[in-house]
Amino acid sequence: MYEIVERRQLVPDHHVLTIHAPHVANKVQPGQFVILRSDEEGERIPLSVADFDREAGTVTSVFLEAGAATMKLARLETGGTIPTYMGPLGKASEVEPCGTVVLMGGCYGIGALYPIARAHRAAGNRVISILEAHTQWLLYWTERHQAIADEVYVMTSDGTAGERGLSFDKLTALLDGGLAPGLVYAIGCTFLMSSAAKLAEERDLNLKVALNTVMVDGTGMCGGCRCSAGGEPKFACVDGPEFDGRAVDWEGLMARRRAYRPQELATMRRLDSSGKLASSKPAGKGPHHG
Amino acid sequence: MAEPPSGKKVIDLVRRPMPAQPADERSHNFTEVALGYTLELASEEARRCLDCKMPRCMDGCPVNVDIPGFIRELAKGDLRGAISTLREHNLLPAVCGRVCPQENQCEAVCNLVKRGASVAIGRLERFVADAAAMDNMIEPPQPSPSTGKRVAVVGSGPAGLTCACDLLRLGHQVTIYEALHEPGGVLIYGIPEFRLPKHIVRREIDQIRAMGAEIVCDFVVGQSATLSELRAQFDAVFVGTGAGLPWFMGIPGENLVGVMSANEYLTRVNLLKAYQTGAATPVPKPRVAAVVGAGNVAMDAARTALRLGAKQVHIVYRRSRDEVPARLEEVEHAEEEGIIFDFLTLPVAFGGENGRLTTITCQKQQLGEPDERGRRSPVPIEGSEYDMPCDLVVMAIGQSPNPLIKNTTPDLQTSRRGTISADDKTGRTNLPGVFAGGDVVTGQATVILAMGAGRKAAASIDDWLRTGEWAIVEAEG
Repeated sequence: MYEIVERRQLVPDHHVLTIHAPHVANKVQPGQFVILRSDEEGERIPLSVADFDREAGTVTSVFLEAGAATMKLARLETGGTIPTYMGPLGKASEVEPCGTVVLMGGCYGIGALYPIARAHRAAGNRVISILEAHTQWLLYWTERHQAIADEVYVMTSDGTAGERGLSFDKLTALLDGGLAPGLVYAIGCTFLMSSAAKLAEERDLNLKVALNTVMVDGTGMCGGCRCSAGGEPKFACVDGPEFDGRAVDWEGLMARRRAYRPQELATMRRLDSSGKLASSKPAGKGPHHG
Repeated sequence: MAEPPSGKKVIDLVRRPMPAQPADERSHNFTEVALGYTLELASEEARRCLDCKMPRCMDGCPVNVDIPGFIRELAKGDLRGAISTLREHNLLPAVCGRVCPQENQCEAVCNLVKRGASVAIGRLERFVADAAAMDNMIEPPQPSPSTGKRVAVVGSGPAGLTCACDLLRLGHQVTIYEALHEPGGVLIYGIPEFRLPKHIVRREIDQIRAMGAEIVCDFVVGQSATLSELRAQFDAVFVGTGAGLPWFMGIPGENLVGVMSANEYLTRVNLLKAYQTGAATPVPKPRVAAVVGAGNVAMDAARTALRLGAKQVHIVYRRSRDEVPARLEEVEHAEEEGIIFDFLTLPVAFGGENGRLTTITCQKQQLGEPDERGRRSPVPIEGSEYDMPCDLVVMAIGQSPNPLIKNTTPDLQTSRRGTISADDKTGRTNLPGVFAGGDVVTGQATVILAMGAGRKAAASIDDWLRTGEWAIVEAEG
């Protein structure tokens, strides 16, 4: 059993989850992920790592409450325990001196980008973070990013904080203004990442995205996370999670992410307010992130 | 049965069938298909054994179980004797009695095989194991006095469990590392409940815990720690990580939703209990399912799909019935349950709508010349392509070892097929103190062969820990 050091709602539907798991904290690097289960009957849920503390033996994730599994996760309480916490999984981000790095993130991606941004800053790169949310009250960790980045831009769809628009718009404006980043990161919903990929194609940018596909084991065993990158079949869990954004087959990826949506909705309808499943028909799941 | 005249044994050529759930009933439930012998049937079957002067059955067993010995004791009604004889060589008899391909091993060389009636050794093994467990006759083997040596076992499948158990018996301290959240490897995530009830696997693992093994789950060697880091903390390491990387065919449409590996399908159903009402993990509920391949894994996937409500389940296999690699009993059970076998049929593409699988395009084959292993290779019949509507395809065409350890241990010698190069007799790799065995060395094989390899490695680890001598290994592959 692993202790829940903290489970707290950051902003509506976004939660921070810190788990005491020294076997993961010892080895984890920016860009990796973990798999956990909220209870003995629960699904295996992959979550990006948003922070870690080797000394305290803790690992932190930010997740969006989006499906049945994450709804249960969002009802866990600080001080409790979870039965499964496995990792670190996937390859670590490659962090090398490359001049300017632009990191654009939305949703859980604002958290997932944080350790990557920090590592790039430590490697001597100029770090520009673009944080995106629908509205001001869905923004989180802005101060954290400000503490490590050279520049932070906030974008909201309704203009209630920062500038009105998407991170995509900001990146376009920066490029138009003459910025030539050595590397661009996009982490968030598939729309954010695939539109960044389109821009990267047009402007010949070196783009990294972190895929969050359906997966079961996270070690290359199930192949559920397979995707196509550069025409080659890849497993997001062991070949990724980071891929060259321009090489990813986004259409195929989106279809796979929708695979279990009908069953997922059926399960969500069966969850009671405490996050317990009312037992009736067999149930469903889908990708956890929006 | 007539009393044999004194001094002469009448040969009984009636192999006793094992009771099973009726096919139309069991195809809708996940409880075990084969019900096992009754005491009466087991005694009758045991008495059929000729107790040959030159028994060949033991040579057919990868772990050399004293087969005539345990059957003799069973025939005498000495269950306690039979179980202890069995367990001297095999700590997982309840598992092996269920999943070993006896018709290719012990029963294939039984002296009665020529008369078409080899003794049902597997069924007897299963009976003894189950009956002994029911009577609480199974006690963990007594460990020798502690040697103070510590061994890490990576992977908790058949190879790792056998190796761990033998090491514990020899007095070494053992820590088992498992990547998933429950130990047992393929016995837990792969083989379905209706063929190998999970409580049996858990019972065996509890014994190994009771002997003093520490089992660490959620720990991925290659990620949570490298093999070299583990080696630095222990006196020896055994790698028994199996063959877990699924193969796909690389044909058009394979990434459609509705095409998945047997590993994914079976893991969702078995490890994550998707077969149970109310389980949180989803599993596809197809109308028509096609399983590609005809090994044991393919039979398991096909019969699982049937139990989850598929109206029609096809096994699509490019060779003919004679080449089917699955255990005979599984094929028979699958046929009885109504699985449709499409022999000499090769999928060439998958079709879909909105990213979802709707059809499988197949091409008929004919058998050509035998390949290097003596199996006749399929040759396509041009123009024979046809479409079959289907909403789930399970790929069960084989697996190779997971590359995580190989990729993070550059010094470790591996073959081009991705298997770890280890000596056949000792399990020694090119790295002193690192041993390997089971599917990770041989490529996908059987539970019993992995157990045999775990056993050999344990003896060799013990030898190394006592003598410190490391013979140079000629790596294969």
